[in-house]
Amino acid sequence: MRGVALVRKELASYFAGPLVYVVVGAFLGATGYQFYTTLNSYVVFGFGMNILENFWEEFFVNKIGFYLLIVVPLFTMRLLAEERRLGTIELLYTFPLRDREIMLAKFVACLSVFLIFLAGTLLYPAIVYHIQPFDVRPFIARYLGTLLFLGGCIACGLFVSSLTESQVIASSSTFIILLAFWIMTWNEAAVSSSLATALSQVSTFDHYHGFARGVIDLKDVAYFVMFIALFLFLTLCSMGSRQWRGRR
Amino acid sequence: MIEVRDLVKEFGSTRAVAGVTFTVRAGEIMGLLGPNGSGKTTIMRVLTGFFPPTSGSVAIGGVAIDDDPLGARQRIGYLPENVVLYPELTVARFLAFCAEVKGVRKGELRVRVDEVIERCGLVEVAGKLIGKLSKGYRQRVGIAQAIVHRPQVLILDEPTVGLDPRQVIEIRELVRSLGGATTVLLSTHILPEISMTCNRVMIIDYGRIIAEDTPEGLSRRLRGSDETRVRVAGPNREVVEAVRVLPQVETLRQESVEADVVTMVVCASDGDAMRRSLAAMVVRRGWGLLELRPLPMSLEDLFVRVVREEREVAQ
Repeated sequence: MRGVALVRKELASYFAGPLVYVVVGAFLGATGYQFYTTLNSYVVFGFGMNILENFWEEFFVNKIGFYLLIVVPLFTMRLLAEERRLGTIELLYTFPLRDREIMLAKFVACLSVFLIFLAGTLLYPAIVYHIQPFDVRPFIARYLGTLLFLGGCIACGLFVSSLTESQVIASSSTFIILLAFWIMTWNEAAVSSSLATALSQVSTFDHYHGFARGVIDLKDVAYFVMFIALFLFLTLCSMGSRQWRGRR
Repeated sequence: MIEVRDLVKEFGSTRAVAGVTFTVRAGEIMGLLGPNGSGKTTIMRVLTGFFPPTSGSVAIGGVAIDDDPLGARQRIGYLPENVVLYPELTVARFLAFCAEVKGVRKGELRVRVDEVIERCGLVEVAGKLIGKLSKGYRQRVGIAQAIVHRPQVLILDEPTVGLDPRQVIEIRELVRSLGGATTVLLSTHILPEISMTCNRVMIIDYGRIIAEDTPEGLSRRLRGSDETRVRVAGPNREVVEAVRVLPQVETLRQESVEADVVTMVVCASDGDAMRRSLAAMVVRRGWGLLELRPLPMSLEDLFVRVVREEREVAQ
C-alpha cells in the first residue's frame, strides 16, 4: 500500500512538469509521420509477398522501438538522480519503506507513463484495420515485446540514475548503454562469426526483432525478464551502497 | 524512548561515531551539540535507519532497529539537514503523500494533513508549490512532514539553520510545543538554541559524547573558572593592584575608570572564594564595594572549553 503512495507521487511529479506532454507529443508526431511515409512506400513499392507483415515488422523495430530507446533516458534520468541532488532521497530512505519498494515504485511509475506512449501507437494499427481488417494476434506479441523492451530500458535507466546526482550524465549514459545493446550486431561482417552469435544473444535488437515479427518466443521473453532483473538487482546494490559509503 | 548503546559507525577507515551510549527519556527534548563534522548527522542517520551502524544497538520506543527497521522508522519523524522537498508538488499534496507512506489510514488522511498545516502555520500556502516557498516556509513543511503521522520520536537535524531571526523563534516555539507529548532529539551548533529549547544536552566531538547534562547543570559543573564583574570606589591604581594579588585571581580586565570608581571583570579559578576574599579585602581597606556580580558563563564559552579540555586530556 505504501509503495502505491509512492507510485502516485511519482506520477504526480511526472505530470506536474511539461516533459510528459512535450515528449508524448513529439513521439506521436514522429511515429505518426513515419507511419504514413513508411506505409506509403510499402504500398507503392511493395516489399516482398506479405507487404503488411513486413511493414509492421519494420515499423515496430526501426520506428517505435528505436524512438522509445531515445525517449526512455529522458524519463529515467530523474528517478533517483534528482532525489539525490535535492536530498529528498534521505526522506525516502528514512520513511518506513524498504529499498526494493522504493525501487519498484519508481520502476512501475515510469513504466505507467510509457503506457501512454503505447496507447497512442494503437492508433496506427487501428487505422489500417479500419481500411483492411487483419489478424490482430501478432500485435499481442508486438505489444508484449515492446513492453518488455521498455521494462529493460527503464530498469537500465533506473540503475544509471542511482549512480549519479546529475540528470545530464544519467540520461546520456543511459542512452549510450541502450544504444550499445541495440546496435551491437548491426555490423556482423566486422566481427568473427562466433562473436556475432554471442553478441546476438545479448543484443536487445535481436530479441526484440522476434516480437516485432509477431512471434512470442520464450527465449526472448526470458531474455528481457533477465535483463530487467539484472538491472533492478544492480539498482538495489547501488541504493544499498550508502551503508558503507556514508553518502546519499 | 531512544536507547543507544555502544554505537559505532565507520566508513572505510574513518570512524565517524566512536562508541556512543545514551538514553533519551519519553517527552524529553535532548540537544545534540557539536562542531561541524563531529558526528551529529551520522548519529541521527543511524537512528532514523538511513544506514545501519557498524556495531552497537539502537532501540526506538523499545523496538530495535535491527529487528524491525520499518517498525522503528514508523515511530520516528525526521527532518534532515538542509531539507529540500519536492519542488513540483503542492504543500498539501506532499504532506498527504508523506502521511500515506507513513501509514496514516485513508479515512484519517485529510484530517491529519489539515491538522499539521494548521499547527505549522501553513494554511495560507497549503495550495502553493513547494518550489515557490521561502526557506522559512519550506522548513515548516519539513517539520510538518516529520510530525504528520504523530511519531513518538522526532529527530531534527539543524532545524533553524539558514533562517532569519523571526523564523528561528517560530521554529523554536514549535519545537518546544512538541516536547512533552513527543520525544525530541535535535542537533545544532548554535548554542543559545540549546538553552532555549532543550531539557538536556549532549556535547559531541570526534564522534564521542564528551559531556551530558541539563544546560544549567552543565554550566554549573564547568564553573571552575568564572568571571565576576566588580565595581569598587577607591584609588584607582591601588584597587587594581590589590585585586590582582588576590590568590584566586587569574586575569583581570579593566572596563572603565571614572572619578575613583574602577569597573573590572575578574576571572578566577574559584569564583566564590575569590568574591569572599575580595569583599573582605575591600572592607578592610575602607573602600566602597559598589558591585560584585558573577557573570553567567555563556554556553558558547562552555562549549569551547569542554571541547578544548577534552582534547587536552586526550593528549
